[in-house]
Amino acid sequence: MERVRLVDLFWFAGIATCIKLLLIPSYRSTDFEVHRHWLALTSSLPLSHWYSDETSPWTLDYPPLFAYFEQFLSFFAHFIDPKIVDLHEGLNYTADSVIYFQRLSVIVSDLCLYYGVYRLSRNLGFWRRKMLLVLILWSPALFIVDHMHFQYNGFLLGVLLISLSFLEEEKDLMGGFVFAILLCSKHLFAVAAPVYFVYLLRHYCGGGFVKGCGRFLMMGVAVGMVFIVAFGPFLYYGQIQQVISRMFPFGRGLCHAYWAPNFWVFYIILDKVIAFMLRKLGFNIKAPLASFTGGLVGDSSPFAVLPQVTPLVTAISVVVAMSPCLIKAWKEPRREHITRWIAYAYTCGFLFGWHVHEKASLHFVIPLAVVAVQSMEDAQHFFLLSIVSCYSMFPLLFEAKEYPIKVLLLLLHSLLMWAGFTSHFSKVKASKTSVLTRKQGEIKESRQGKYSDTAKEGVVVVGWVGMSYLLGLLVVELWGVILQPYILGDSLPFLPLMLVSIYCSLGIMYSWLWQVKWIIKYT
Amino acid sequence: MKKRRGKTDIKEGDGEDDDVWWLFQRGRFSSFLCISVFALLVRVLVSMNPYSGAGDPPKYGDYEAQRHWMEITLNTPVREWYRNTTSNNLSYWGLDYPPLTAYQSYAHSLFLDFFHPDSVALFTSRGHESSLGKLLMRLTVLSSDILIFFSAAIYFVILNYSNRGGSSKEDMAWNLAMILLNPCLILIDHGHFQYNCISLGLTLGAVAAIFSKHELVACALFSLALNHKQMSLYFAPAFFGHLLGKCLRHQNPFLRVTKLGLVVIGTFLLIWWPYLYSVNSVLEVLSRLAPFERGIYEDYVANFWCTSSILIKWKRLFTTQSLKLFSFVATMVALLPSMVQQIKAPSDKGFLYAMLNSSFSFYLFSFQVHEKSILLPLLPASLLVLEEPLLFKWLTYFGLFSMFPLLCRDQLILPYIALLLLFVLIYHSPTAKLVSRHRDIPGGWKALIMAFLLLCTSIIHVIYLVLKPPNKYPYLFEAMIMLLCCSQFVVLVAYTNIKQWKLNISTGIENEKKVQ
Repeated sequence: MERVRLVDLFWFAGIATCIKLLLIPSYRSTDFEVHRHWLALTSSLPLSHWYSDETSPWTLDYPPLFAYFEQFLSFFAHFIDPKIVDLHEGLNYTADSVIYFQRLSVIVSDLCLYYGVYRLSRNLGFWRRKMLLVLILWSPALFIVDHMHFQYNGFLLGVLLISLSFLEEEKDLMGGFVFAILLCSKHLFAVAAPVYFVYLLRHYCGGGFVKGCGRFLMMGVAVGMVFIVAFGPFLYYGQIQQVISRMFPFGRGLCHAYWAPNFWVFYIILDKVIAFMLRKLGFNIKAPLASFTGGLVGDSSPFAVLPQVTPLVTAISVVVAMSPCLIKAWKEPRREHITRWIAYAYTCGFLFGWHVHEKASLHFVIPLAVVAVQSMEDAQHFFLLSIVSCYSMFPLLFEAKEYPIKVLLLLLHSLLMWAGFTSHFSKVKASKTSVLTRKQGEIKESRQGKYSDTAKEGVVVVGWVGMSYLLGLLVVELWGVILQPYILGDSLPFLPLMLVSIYCSLGIMYSWLWQVKWIIKYT
Repeated sequence: MKKRRGKTDIKEGDGEDDDVWWLFQRGRFSSFLCISVFALLVRVLVSMNPYSGAGDPPKYGDYEAQRHWMEITLNTPVREWYRNTTSNNLSYWGLDYPPLTAYQSYAHSLFLDFFHPDSVALFTSRGHESSLGKLLMRLTVLSSDILIFFSAAIYFVILNYSNRGGSSKEDMAWNLAMILLNPCLILIDHGHFQYNCISLGLTLGAVAAIFSKHELVACALFSLALNHKQMSLYFAPAFFGHLLGKCLRHQNPFLRVTKLGLVVIGTFLLIWWPYLYSVNSVLEVLSRLAPFERGIYEDYVANFWCTSSILIKWKRLFTTQSLKLFSFVATMVALLPSMVQQIKAPSDKGFLYAMLNSSFSFYLFSFQVHEKSILLPLLPASLLVLEEPLLFKWLTYFGLFSMFPLLCRDQLILPYIALLLLFVLIYHSPTAKLVSRHRDIPGGWKALIMAFLLLCTSIIHVIYLVLKPPNKYPYLFEAMIMLLCCSQFVVLVAYTNIKQWKLNISTGIENEKKVQ
């Protein structure tokens, strides 16, 4: 049995690796140069200068453990081509060696993701296990973000999944320890820290005051060790202030140049609408100095009418939005719900957070895949969510060359989900109804026929509302690609992206509401 | 698999019969759609890579040839396509495929002209290279592939499945994946840049038509294939033998043959219509199609003539005229048994073997063969994959290996590795038991030899990429590749010939039994 599981994992990972290899020549964003620069930075400068160097505008803004990871990689990079890790000569270096090295480093670091998925799926039945492999290993969003756009999300999400798998197995200490590692690798994952804290406090540190205190201390030591290893050297060199300021650049503004599909999109739109109406009514409303479509935002308020949103406001709204699951985790910390709660916390962080990237939707879509194979309702929710989330990443790839790739990736993903979910849940449903009919043995045959018919038709992965919403995505896409250039020409160049943001944020909001409802009702 | 076992096994975790194609229990439609979309995705990914002759003036490569044909067909009248005129210089990539290719180029040139007129402008576009032009050209291959090859493959698999009866749905999906994800075809069409998918797709359609007993349609489709690439002639003996054999069993053989002949002649007339106004113009086109001046072999192709030239210098010892005769006789001798077998006892399975044998005979023995011609034997081998999985794997591997130097020149090593890996993974996907039993690697000395050969090839792969050949023998590694591949091809063709004749005996025995 163990062998079968490994063979399955190997097979799915192998197919994914082939696709990743084929993606090597595709488009790469500036993040590629960012990570190359970090290789050079960590390899050629002493640790005390990592967070203060300004050779390139792409300064190091990940926590220290990730910098150590880059230093580890830079060792091999130096071996392959010393120019890659040259701080000055290597700037904007685009030889084959650096492209292959960095692309392959992402592909290899995905082993961490495979291990996480393996841990999570090894005790599941055969359908769930394979479906999980399809949903995570063949996730189109991961292909787009990691293997085209270029980042190490698969690696980091792998760490998150490993942590979740420990929690699900009630190995809380390891779970907390691994999560601390994740936090020190990419601090954007800190959004779920409150949930972790409450859950571990209630679940791990229970059982009497003394025992609880002892366990609390142990957890504190484990997590503290990770933080000391990560931040200790910088503390020693007196760099800690610098590290923190680099990691939290609040000057960047509420929204990214391309608005992530979250709650603040509605807020901005509402502001614009109100300002427009007031102007019509004769009020003198000044246009805001900073604009959202112009990219970086300075200190001035970008809102015409509504109050300014500060980082504090976003932080408070995230915690408030998260509170249902915090309360639930406090009241009844049960390990079978932890993945759902963590995913929910990341959803809140995405919807209400400060300067959110569209890529951050991976943080909850990937863990939700683990939940999606549990029941039909979860599957239905996930089907819609993962399509919307992947579609919201389409603007990352704007060149014509990659257009068919992103469309086909999403199409294939939707087809696989649809085929997998319907075939499984229709069988489950059919078995239930057949058991039902067998119990009521007296029922006529015609009735039985009817039953099995309804069982076949009864499985709907997506209802008509969801379906029309998804078709709406198609309309938005057609507008952006074909209709807008014909009708409007070059005017309003930001409109297609804005439409994508607004439309996708509807879907993400729906997912958030669905998750809240589920958490309040069932956990 | 699970669906067939009924309701009792719906509980999860009964892992025994797990298979990867579990997704596709629902129906053929979704499984075919998934596989097709995946195959399309792989093609799109390969098409990002450089094409043959990219950035290599003054002649560039096959990409420039195809683009040039679009330029010529768009800007000159039909009658001058094959003629040397002021605007059509035949020494620069003159059209040397039959008229259907020219029509296809014309249709695609309209598409290019609409979106990017510069890339097909007369004279000025020679050696045109731009990212938009590349994208559009790649799109024309992709669309032809979907329209012709994909639809023919799906049609074939459905028919093959209904004919066989015994095999499961997973086998069917696997069969389709094997046909669509053949690394050689993908690399040549979407990497190197050619339109083999059209002629092979038409041939595949003809095979499917024969399987569904529509012989007239088959004749028309195969004539179209012949008119797209004259290389489709490799399959002609099989078609001829099979159809003739079937006609002879008909109530009225003569009428049947006449009907088929009329369809073939009609199709040819239709396609050659613009050139039928004079004998001269027909000869003009024909002379373009038969490049005898090129010599008996080119580069290092893994066929009989090129391989044996290590020992016997054919080109030096004999005139082209006598070599032509030799190659003709050798090819005929090699393909005759399989053709005769089909005339004697035509059967669907035997027909596929005959296609394999006749195309292999041409590949090994005919005049002026190119490395890329290995695609032709690969098509029937991929159709036979449920019968001969190991043969197909072995042939694909060595077929791909024989094109390795060519693909290296085209800078397609990365997709070469990725597609080979993908092929092996899909081939070994844990599918239904029925086929996996056949697919098991043979034991004993056979396995030993195979392992040894695999080791050799992997070493040569590395050597070819890393080492420089000695100055005295600049083509040493190519010759080694050629030798290895040719030896394998000869073994395979001997095996398939024997197999085809055994088929004859077994069906003959069955017939006798029926008579008794």
